[in-house]
Amino acid sequence: MKRLVFLIVCIQQLLFTSLLFAENAENGFDGKLSALIVNSNRQKAVAIEALATLDDARVLPALKAMLDARLYYRKQDKQIVYLLETSSSVSISGVISGEDLGVVEKNTIKKIRINNKLRRILRASISSLELTSSDAELRLNSAKNLIKVPNKTLRQAISAAIETEKNREVKQSMQLALAMIDIDSDNQPLRMIAMQVIGDSISPDAVNLLARLSQRDEKGAYVEQNQEIAELAENRLKDAKSQLKFFKVIEDFIFGLSLGSILLLAAIGLAITFGVMGVINMAHGEMIMLGAYTTFAIQQLFPELIQYSIFIAIPVAFLVSGAVGVLIERLVIRHLYGRQLDTLLATFGISLILQQAVRMYSSNNVAVISPDFISGFWQMNEAVAITYNRIYVLFFSLIVLGVLALVLKKTLLGLQMRAVTQNRAMANSMGIHSSWVDALTFGLGSGIAGIAGVALSQFTNVGPNMGQGYIIDSFMVVVFGGVGNLLGTFFGAMSLGVANKFLEPYTGAVIAKIMVLVFIILFIQWRPRGLFALKGRFVED
Amino acid sequence: MMLMNNKSVLMSLLMNDKIGSKLIGFIILASIIIALLNLFAPEGSALHVPTYIVSLLGKYLCFALLALALDLVWGYCGILSLGHGAFFALGGYAMGMYLMRQIGDRGVYGNPDLPDFMVFLDWAEMPWYWQGFDSLSFALLMVVLAPGLLSFLFGWLAFRSRVTGVYLSIITQAMTYALLQAFYMNEFGFGGNNGLTDFKDIAGFSLLADGTAVGLFLISALSLVLAYIACRFITESKFGKVLIAIRDAESRTRFMGYRVEHYKLVVFVFSAVLAGIAGALFVPQVGIINPGEFSPIKSIEIVIWVALGGRGTLYGAVIGAFIVSYGKTFFTGAFPEIWLFMLGGLFVLTTMYLPNGVVGLFGRIKANKGEAS
Amino acid sequence: MILEAKENPQSLLYLNGVTKTFDGFKAINNLSLDIAPGELRAIIGPNGAGKSTMMDIITGKTRPDEGEVKYKDVVDLTRFDEADIANMGIGRKFQKPTVVESLSVRDNLDLSLAGNRGIWQSLFFKLTGQQQQRIDEVIGIVGLTEKSGDLAANLSHGQKQWLEIGMLIIQDPEVLLVDEPAGGMTDTETMETAELLKTISKQHSVIVVEHDMDFVRALDCHVTVLHEGSVLAEGNLETVSTNPKVIEVYLGR
Repeated sequence: MKRLVFLIVCIQQLLFTSLLFAENAENGFDGKLSALIVNSNRQKAVAIEALATLDDARVLPALKAMLDARLYYRKQDKQIVYLLETSSSVSISGVISGEDLGVVEKNTIKKIRINNKLRRILRASISSLELTSSDAELRLNSAKNLIKVPNKTLRQAISAAIETEKNREVKQSMQLALAMIDIDSDNQPLRMIAMQVIGDSISPDAVNLLARLSQRDEKGAYVEQNQEIAELAENRLKDAKSQLKFFKVIEDFIFGLSLGSILLLAAIGLAITFGVMGVINMAHGEMIMLGAYTTFAIQQLFPELIQYSIFIAIPVAFLVSGAVGVLIERLVIRHLYGRQLDTLLATFGISLILQQAVRMYSSNNVAVISPDFISGFWQMNEAVAITYNRIYVLFFSLIVLGVLALVLKKTLLGLQMRAVTQNRAMANSMGIHSSWVDALTFGLGSGIAGIAGVALSQFTNVGPNMGQGYIIDSFMVVVFGGVGNLLGTFFGAMSLGVANKFLEPYTGAVIAKIMVLVFIILFIQWRPRGLFALKGRFVED
Repeated sequence: MMLMNNKSVLMSLLMNDKIGSKLIGFIILASIIIALLNLFAPEGSALHVPTYIVSLLGKYLCFALLALALDLVWGYCGILSLGHGAFFALGGYAMGMYLMRQIGDRGVYGNPDLPDFMVFLDWAEMPWYWQGFDSLSFALLMVVLAPGLLSFLFGWLAFRSRVTGVYLSIITQAMTYALLQAFYMNEFGFGGNNGLTDFKDIAGFSLLADGTAVGLFLISALSLVLAYIACRFITESKFGKVLIAIRDAESRTRFMGYRVEHYKLVVFVFSAVLAGIAGALFVPQVGIINPGEFSPIKSIEIVIWVALGGRGTLYGAVIGAFIVSYGKTFFTGAFPEIWLFMLGGLFVLTTMYLPNGVVGLFGRIKANKGEAS
Repeated sequence: MILEAKENPQSLLYLNGVTKTFDGFKAINNLSLDIAPGELRAIIGPNGAGKSTMMDIITGKTRPDEGEVKYKDVVDLTRFDEADIANMGIGRKFQKPTVVESLSVRDNLDLSLAGNRGIWQSLFFKLTGQQQQRIDEVIGIVGLTEKSGDLAANLSHGQKQWLEIGMLIIQDPEVLLVDEPAGGMTDTETMETAELLKTISKQHSVIVVEHDMDFVRALDCHVTVLHEGSVLAEGNLETVSTNPKVIEVYLGR
């Protein structure tokens, strides 16, 4: 009874809207959209498919919103709206007009409900719409969805799309999508063709299908009726698995390198202060933290420049951390040269003070936003996807290392730095102000830690304690690589990063970390002065 | 005869260490008085020492013992260990495991066979390394063995390859950090994040009873006194001189024919065991042990106790532990925000202006006065 | 003990074809040297000639890349470390005087006193009257009687050198390796040191590395000239100093 009443209301509603918007509206987007406000799922399905036939840019977002359960209608006028924000009060915007309808109470709107069957229909409709989209990304996305959930009804649409497709990558995905449909047909030659396509793919769905096709029953015979296909599937599965193993190694390796880059960034400043100057700076992690907070502060100060915030933050963080470093050197470390253990204690005290200072500013982690060009990923092939930030950080750390090496080799500061570390008395007598060189060297190391902080703010939580985790890792990298040797720091960081990532799948992250630590302790047995040790009788303890 | 001989050794030790013997005398006297005032002065009277104060002082005594242990390796042998917090915690966990087993079926889940956290984690049976902890003597053995073995293994590797100075400090910190991570994991089997707590009784005495608190307090005081005498015996012996020689001139000591790594190893293990004992006494008095004790800052705080008191004196370490611990109790209560600033400042100021600590400062003032008069 | 040396070895220290390279730099290059028991030998050479590295190799601090280092004909020193080698009877004095600064002169000698180096023994060690006497005697030899209770840190540079020599004497080694003992000394002190070493060499073998030609002359002994890690010339000071190769190295062309 209730249902009937509702149906009547709906029909009334339909009549009402069609009256308002005239004939064009009824067959156009507006009318077909309004048809979604029905209770019957079957009618909704019809409405969805009708919408999908329209050539209107508003259709796709509407269907997607429906799939995401963000499509509502306003109770007062049955206008269909997008839900923009979910909290106690919500803001909405019109689907037809696109106009912002402001903040409303949640009980004034009603969700257009869907069930699993509708979801399937929605996905298919979205896919077929996307298949013909002018945006290659959307077409690829749609083909991928169709590989995951083959949809027989779209076979025609897919093969039509293949005909006109120019983009090779998209075309391949479409062909695989088609094959995933054809493999389940009754036409054996067609299946064989599909099998060839699937057999060449290493996407997870294709591999799963190969596994299914090459299944055997308990007697050892293929479950699959077509022997030829089953055999081929089994063969191809073997190939695919070894390929996947290979790509997994590559993926782990790249992940390892990017972890290594993070370690390198964290350690590189320490390689200067500890490696070149012999100053043990336990507040090094806090220099990194300051850099990360600088990024946050810049995003707060210039919200309109978020896309460029990182580029602004890099020099600013260098200056902030560098200045703090110079200050620490002038006020404390200068008085403790030659007393390494005391330097360790004093700088630890400084790290406590810096942490607490930041904690009083904000005791929780702060959210640093990633600019758009950093989010997203690179699809290497069907099996491996690498997020861009991993690649950026790798290049970034190499650039920082390269610039630093240049500074050390080619600039006056670098020359004076090396002179002072090798023979202070001689450097002094040649007119080098060794105490200022010390301060600037320490500032340089700290400034680089600040830059590392900018990069790390894109990877980890930014909070008062974030520096602590890096100090030990950084020291391990520097000690492992060999003190006073940038190349050693590079290899140390990369090999520890890669080792960590290769261990993780077997042991879990924490145990992997512990194992690496134990490994370093054992490694020091073998090469007490690290991978790239400076040998010679001048190296004395 | 033997006894007489020992007595004279003790007397001569104390004769040569005037400040130390005064300090020991004070600790013995004060702990007896505090114990009596807690047990026999009527509650509410001005003389009564409440039990929580007794336990607090007991905690300080444990810290003093820990500081003493660190001073022996750092002040005398130059090994700046940032891992003594870990040895302390290992001793504490060994004791905590015993206390955990003593709970029996009085836990929240009332499981007589498994500690609460294992029930919570759905473990079917106790892991092998929990076996035996029903017995106090086994637990006490582990209090010694766990830090002893770890320090032996670690020291053997580190000293053999001649890792010294800040390198050693950093790898001891790395060791502590690794243990911290491990003990945070539930799968590691030591209660994860929450650690071990909700203890009920020790050796049949309820931990809530005044008498138990006083007893633990007195045992802590006695342990500190005995450890002090043992450490003083070591530093006064030729062994102690070898330690100082290693600190000042390691190569020279080798060329004299001393096996530096063996000396270091022995004193490191002894010190770690003392730290473990301190941890074991600490846990029943505060009622909890958790992975936080492994955090690097805890280990480095011990260093500041010793540095502030005056390294290489033994009594300085004890005094420093009392001063800083009391400061921490006071300031974290009164001005929690500024405590870390103060602690940080303490690190900086002590290393820059008080290289010999409070003890050294008073020594200097005294010497100046002597000169003036 | 570790060594089963012959009672009367032909040579006390025997180096043959020893080579040591640091980062491509040959500190020691095919060095051969033979020191007889009871010999006093001076080794001279310009900076970087490999003198200190040679000492490092003999005392076990540095392992040679190749070559043999034999003690009393049979003991292969490259297989032992500093403590072992010290206990076999090879004592070493550093170029920079190295004493235990925060111990008294007496305690420094107490530590160096020949005897068991075991841990247990050191815990319960008590000086005998005889040992006490020996310490006083050595303090007298090195002229520090008035300073015997002072901390070594408070000694002058020359006094530290002497204390270190005293520590070597009381260690009672069979051979003393002495690296630039006259460094930072006044002329009189230098001559006194030379006399002291000559006296010591009556009971011990002594190898002295030195720059100071007057000092070497005063020692009046067999001289080996090192250059670029190998032996350039050998003989008494007169023959060596007239050797054209030596003159070229020392004076340049």
